[in-house]
Amino acid sequence: MSVFTVYLIIIILGVILCLIRMLKGPGAPDRVVAVDTAATVTTALLVLLGFLFKRYVYLDVSLVYALLTFIGTVAIARYLERGI
Amino acid sequence: MYIVGEIVTGIGAIFLFLGSLGILRLPDVYNRLQAGTKCTTLGAFLTTLGVGIMEPAWFWKTLLIALFIMATNPISSHALGRASCKSNVPLWDKSVVDKTKDFEECRKVEEA
Repeated sequence: MSVFTVYLIIIILGVILCLIRMLKGPGAPDRVVAVDTAATVTTALLVLLGFLFKRYVYLDVSLVYALLTFIGTVAIARYLERGI
Repeated sequence: MYIVGEIVTGIGAIFLFLGSLGILRLPDVYNRLQAGTKCTTLGAFLTTLGVGIMEPAWFWKTLLIALFIMATNPISSHALGRASCKSNVPLWDKSVVDKTKDFEECRKVEEA
């Protein structure tokens, strides 16, 4: 059991905590904040997984995931602000 | 160099976990944005850069991802905070100061 297994467990635990908040959250902004945070954590997780599996492609996946998350969060924020 | 990368990645993983814990534990949308933005940005930056240090051939691409996260994460969080302020999400009842009360136009939703 290398040290990276511990890192992976810590990070996946973080994603699970975010998902619990997404299920509990009282309103729409709480849920969107939780999903945004979970997506950022997932970006870092993908880079770490790519290092563990020695796959260079995972970096591209991570970059595209970060881009799509940013666009989606800004779109949902505009929607919450005044309704499209 | 490998040891340095391991340590940096570990610090980043701890920051990511603490940010997620703040998302679960804090009482309010604005407090949660605070935890979810600052901790997660630093954590993702350190984790990605640590992988780049451990694998020097990947360094520039990981630096690109880290800079991209550092540029876009505060923007999306600011947009979310602005949206929840304008759609009248209340503050936590123990929050002390609310500067948007002094400026009425902060609360107003502009018509598109």
